Order: sequence, then C-alpha cells, then structure tokens
Amino acid sequence: MALSKVNFNSINVTPAASKAIKFNSSNNGLETGDLGGSLVLLSTQTASSSANIDFTSNIDSTYKEYIFRYTNVHPATDNVQFGFQVDTGTNTSYGQTVTSTFFRAVHSEADDSTGLARVASEDQQKGTGSQTLAYGVGNDNDQCASGVLHLFDPSASTYYKHFIGRGESITASDQAYDSFVGGMFYQTSALTRVRFKMSSGNIDSGTIKMYGVS
Amino acid sequence: MALTKFNFNSFDLTSAASKGLAFNSSANGFETSSAGAMTHIKTLTASASSTLSFVDGSSSVVLDNTYPVYLFKFINLHPSADQSDFSFNASVDSGSNYNVTKTSTLFYLYHRGSDAANTFQYDTNRDLAQSSSDKKITFNANVDSYSSGNGLLYLFNPSSTTFVKHFLAVTNEDSQTSGEQGLSQQVFAGGYLNTTSAVDAIKFNYSSGNIDAGTIKLYGIKDS
Repeated sequence: MALSKVNFNSINVTPAASKAIKFNSSNNGLETGDLGGSLVLLSTQTASSSANIDFTSNIDSTYKEYIFRYTNVHPATDNVQFGFQVDTGTNTSYGQTVTSTFFRAVHSEADDSTGLARVASEDQQKGTGSQTLAYGVGNDNDQCASGVLHLFDPSASTYYKHFIGRGESITASDQAYDSFVGGMFYQTSALTRVRFKMSSGNIDSGTIKMYGVS
Repeated sequence: MALTKFNFNSFDLTSAASKGLAFNSSANGFETSSAGAMTHIKTLTASASSTLSFVDGSSSVVLDNTYPVYLFKFINLHPSADQSDFSFNASVDSGSNYNVTKTSTLFYLYHRGSDAANTFQYDTNRDLAQSSSDKKITFNANVDSYSSGNGLLYLFNPSSTTFVKHFLAVTNEDSQTSGEQGLSQQVFAGGYLNTTSAVDAIKFNYSSGNIDAGTIKLYGIKDS
C-alpha cells in the first residue's frame, strides 16, 4: 500500500494539543513546543464563581518577565476592587509585604465628572493586602474589568520584585476608570505563585491568562 | 525503497504558506500554526557596563523597517552609583553620535516604605524641550544590593523618513528620591525624537557610573 499522508501519530513525538513540532535543543530528535513568538502562553484560567484564581505552577526562572492578561472579569459583588498578591514556595498565605503607587483617570458616562489623581486608598506602604489592579468594578450584567499586569523576574534571588499594571473598569457608578499601578514586593526569595481575587465576594466570571516573555 | 524524506505535502493537512506544523487542540490531528507577533531580537546583559547599545546591523540587532514598533524591556537594572538616572538616547548614524533632538514629558509617583509620604507630579527637571540630552526614564536609583529598576520602552516606527519618532516608557524602581531606601517609584515618560532621519541605534546608560548588572531585551512587534 502506498504511503499517501503522514498522520498525527506517525511522528516520533508525543502529540500535545496546539503545540508545534520542532527539533529538540540537541538537534537530534523532535519535540513539541511553541513556534517562536516571544510571548508564550503558559496557563489560562476561567473564573466560575471563584473566590480566588491562583497560578501555582510555571512561575520560575524560565522567564524574566511574566504577563497576566485579565479579560471581562466580572464580580459577584457590586463596587469591588480586583487585585492580586503573591507568595513563595508552596505557601498559601498570599501576604507578601508590598509598597506601591496607584493613580487613575476617570470619566463618567453622564459626562459630569472627570479626574486624574493619585488614589491613596489603593496604594500600600509595606502592606500585606491584595494590591488593587482595577477599581470599583460594578456587577451589572455588562460591567467588568480588563487589563494587564507585568511581574518582573519573580525568581530572582537578589532583588526585590517589581510590577507594573494597568486596568480598565466600568465602575458601579457608571464610570470609565483607568487604573495605573506600580510597586515592589520586599522579598528576595523567589516568588512562585500569584493569586487574583476581588476585595469582596467571588469572581463571578472572566478569564486570566499567564504568559512568559522569552 | 526506504522512505528517507517527508515532502511538504506528505502530512495529513492542507498546507499554508509560511505557517508551521502543529498538533490540533485535541491532539488528534495536525493543523497549521503561526508564530506570535512579538519577536525577540536581542538580549544585552550588563556587567559593569558604561553603556548598552542596540545598533541596527550590528551583533544581530534589527532596528529598521522590519517592524513598525520596537519594545525594550528592562529587568533588574542595577547601578554602580547611588542616585543615578537611567536614560536613553538615539542615533541616526549607526551609533557614531547619540544626540537626536527630543521633546518629552515625565511624571512620576513614589510611595515611601518607611511612612506614608508620597508624591504624584509632573517633573519639569526631567522633561526635555528640543534637547539632545539623554532622556531619563528612571531617576535617583538606589544602589543597595536588593534594589533594581524594571520597565518597558516602546519606540514607534524608528525607520520613518517622514515623521518624528514617538516613544512611551513606564518603569518601576526602588529609588532614593526622598533620601531613603525602600521607596517604590513609578515613572511615566513619553515624547518624540524630533528627526525625520531614520533612527538606527539606541543607547542606554546611567547618568553616573556604570550599569552594574541587569538585562535589556529588544523585541520587534509585527503589524500584521
């Protein structure tokens, strides 16, 4: 019988969903992997009445920067903050010491208020609480928050760990609320896990994706 | 006769120009796949370096019309001199001179670790008005061992010979701006390189001393 087509399981590599076939690092065999973009999707988590969304694996020295993109994060409770914290090893307290800055631009749907200001209530001075990324998220059916968080070199053993983020939310007061956050965790041990949560109630729905930047 | 080579049309899928071969989302068949839109170009690692420079055509650096947007990432930049300012400048002659005219803004926030002192302000001492000086994107860096600066710098369409070249930066560092350690400072800088010549090199340095350690990565971002 003539060979007409090579099937997916005819290649000498274990098939892995949505992964490409590449030569291995020794160039003596095949392996699965990503095709060469610098933004490597590591994990996707979808909230479903979730108290927390935890990323507890794949945060290591493989990448010098990790990017979290949160999309259409919808709270169960009205007028809450969407935020994050980190931890080391296999710890689960998510209470690392952080100093941060936070400012916002805001504009109401009614066009009756605008503003640009630092928000002291959402920054921290050696605090251990959840760091706000998106403020005042409403829980009407069409309200949510989306944004991005960059975490730099979480596995470094020398330096404090820095982050910057920007989040856009529709507030319970029907405002466009653009949040800018930056800060550092006073931790020279490797950070290995990241937790996202609302300041009150569950994350009703939404998606958070974690990327490594190669 | 033994089969020695698989040809392009030997695989059980429809071939597509310039695409890769990947398993499908069920891992039970093949599909075509594309690389990401962000492409790593070059990583430079500082080691008591006076400057780190990215010059198009040198050391595998691409900084031309290949990409419409370039992105620099700064990771754990550590200065040798206390309270120095991390800055960049641009060249239109392949790095012979880093002196492109710039007009720019800078504002920043900081929050001290020792107490609630903070600020949020525009900084007239660190913006530029038609100046060829280095553009600061962090300042008053802390030299303590645990301190570093991290962030991003976007450079738009550097190869244009029609338009000025815009840039945007955001950084966070452990700073000594208020004369203490453990201060988190976020800096926002933006502006344009006021030249219609193609920019083909970017140089980074501290205002005093060396870049003791740290990494700068350059990426190109596709527009399609």
